Amino acid sequence: MTVSAFLTDATLCIGCKACEVACKEWNEVPADGMVWSGLSYDNTQSLGASTWRHVLFLEQPQVAGPQLADTKDPFRWVFLSDVCKHCANAGCLEACPTGSIMRTDVGSVLVQKDVCNGCGYCVVACPFGVIDRRPTDGRAFKCTFCYDRQKAGLIPACAKACPTQSIQFGEIGELQERAKNRVHELRERGYNDARLYDPQETSVGGVHAFFVILGEPENYNLPPAPEVPTTYLKSAWTSALISAALVFAVICVAFAL
Amino acid sequence: MEPNVPQPTPSPVNPKATEERLDEIRWAALDKGPPGGLPATPPPQIRGRESYYGLPVLKAPLWTWEVPLYFFVGGIAGVSAVIAFAAQVFGSDLALTRTALWVAIFGATICPVLLISDLGRPARFLAMLRVAKIQSPMSVGVWTLLAFSGCVFVALAGDELILRGYVSPPMTGTMIGIRWAGELTGALTGLILAAYTGVLIGATANPVWSHNRRALPPHFLASAVGGAAGVLELLGFLTPATEFLGIAAAVAETLLGVHFELSRLPVNAPLHRGKSAWAFRIAGTLAGPVALLLRLVFDSASGRRAAAICFLAGSLLSRYAWIWAGVASAKDPEALFQIQRKA
Repeated sequence: MTVSAFLTDATLCIGCKACEVACKEWNEVPADGMVWSGLSYDNTQSLGASTWRHVLFLEQPQVAGPQLADTKDPFRWVFLSDVCKHCANAGCLEACPTGSIMRTDVGSVLVQKDVCNGCGYCVVACPFGVIDRRPTDGRAFKCTFCYDRQKAGLIPACAKACPTQSIQFGEIGELQERAKNRVHELRERGYNDARLYDPQETSVGGVHAFFVILGEPENYNLPPAPEVPTTYLKSAWTSALISAALVFAVICVAFAL
Repeated sequence: MEPNVPQPTPSPVNPKATEERLDEIRWAALDKGPPGGLPATPPPQIRGRESYYGLPVLKAPLWTWEVPLYFFVGGIAGVSAVIAFAAQVFGSDLALTRTALWVAIFGATICPVLLISDLGRPARFLAMLRVAKIQSPMSVGVWTLLAFSGCVFVALAGDELILRGYVSPPMTGTMIGIRWAGELTGALTGLILAAYTGVLIGATANPVWSHNRRALPPHFLASAVGGAAGVLELLGFLTPATEFLGIAAAVAETLLGVHFELSRLPVNAPLHRGKSAWAFRIAGTLAGPVALLLRLVFDSASGRRAAAICFLAGSLLSRYAWIWAGVASAKDPEALFQIQRKA
């Protein structure tokens, strides 16, 4: 199968949350509480074990591109549907001690729910804060990239339900090209802070879900330079082995004296 | 009224809930502000390079009380096996070797219980043994713990069989060899068992953990050395060797405590502010300067026992403090952004 990807475009999103609903419906993801956050229209707040698509609502004191709005008291409302990034070097996959988390033939990262024993190590290994353990179930869950639908020749439920093509699904190279063109087009039209969020130059090595956003990645809680935790292994193990050798020597000396 | 205009029908649940009533509430809100006497605050907005309404980017570690306790017990068990080996080879202290091996096997028995009960699906703990992944510190840890238990069991079984006189001359040499092999492998796996927990939390996406990944393994090892020496002292082995190890561990913990206190980067804020910081400071003081002073000032059995108890309490508390620090760190998006912008 071809390697597939999501391109999610904040400039096309209308904040309807059809993706959240379609995801929950198709994947039979349980409800995860009713809270009034007071943060714009976002009462979901973050991705989690029972939220695999999350629509962000950014209220910002600035204008969106060349709009003829009140520039003295500027305001813009930006929406973005966040999702698991399906990293090329995935922290959760590397950390999983059971081999439950695997790479699929479409390039996505999948938790095999019949294997996961809920150790929770993937939760602290994800540099994007996506995967989490479901308290009522005990296992870790995240976006499956609708692997079941893809195997049956369908596109993921969120992309299918999106009424504005803010969520686009397709072959990764083609979508990357489309994303670059889209950013170029937006900038030409006066959206000077349009940019592509696709951390290819970091140790994450690229993602299978990239985003066209307005403004800073931090505003969307997207880490500006995510690192896969396996990059820390060498320095941590070096320190561990050196100090272990030292401890071994000290204990031998203690008894040899 | 026009006869053809449909009239708003009152809600069957609340007869007062009509459009007119809603309009009344809207106008009243405009006049008097929001209900409940709350001050009218502007809705939150996102400026500059702020995070998304200050919400956390990362997920907090969800390990409960079992895991820090496992770090503590596993460390003591691991270093006890090293002490057993060194006491046998360099000190010829057979009683100490025997007790240290019992401490190690006791710890190795508790550890899996703690780890399994922390799982979201304890019945599936055997899934850990489907694969061995060198890039997953947790997988390395599981296999290390398994190997450690086996090695220490062999060493202890050999030791007990020899000491109780169940081994007669043609087999004595072989049994001593088996015991020695068990002790050596137990010591080596024990060192990894005591050190890997620092790698386990250091090689994660958690800012305060990964930032301190080089200091964590020596910190946990020093804690385990002092802990194992303390347990053996409390069991009656007030030897010069345990005293030496107690002092060495307390010195190391003092130096590391000063190091952590002086690294004032924003990413280390959980070590300097809040609940985790106070737990961390109390732990560091007990295991560091307090244990050290007790040993240096009171050169008596009771002084050494007090130092051992202080060190053990500090060592245990510090493992909890590190988990709490990780939880606090995951909730601070700005600290995460700051280290990533610098890199």
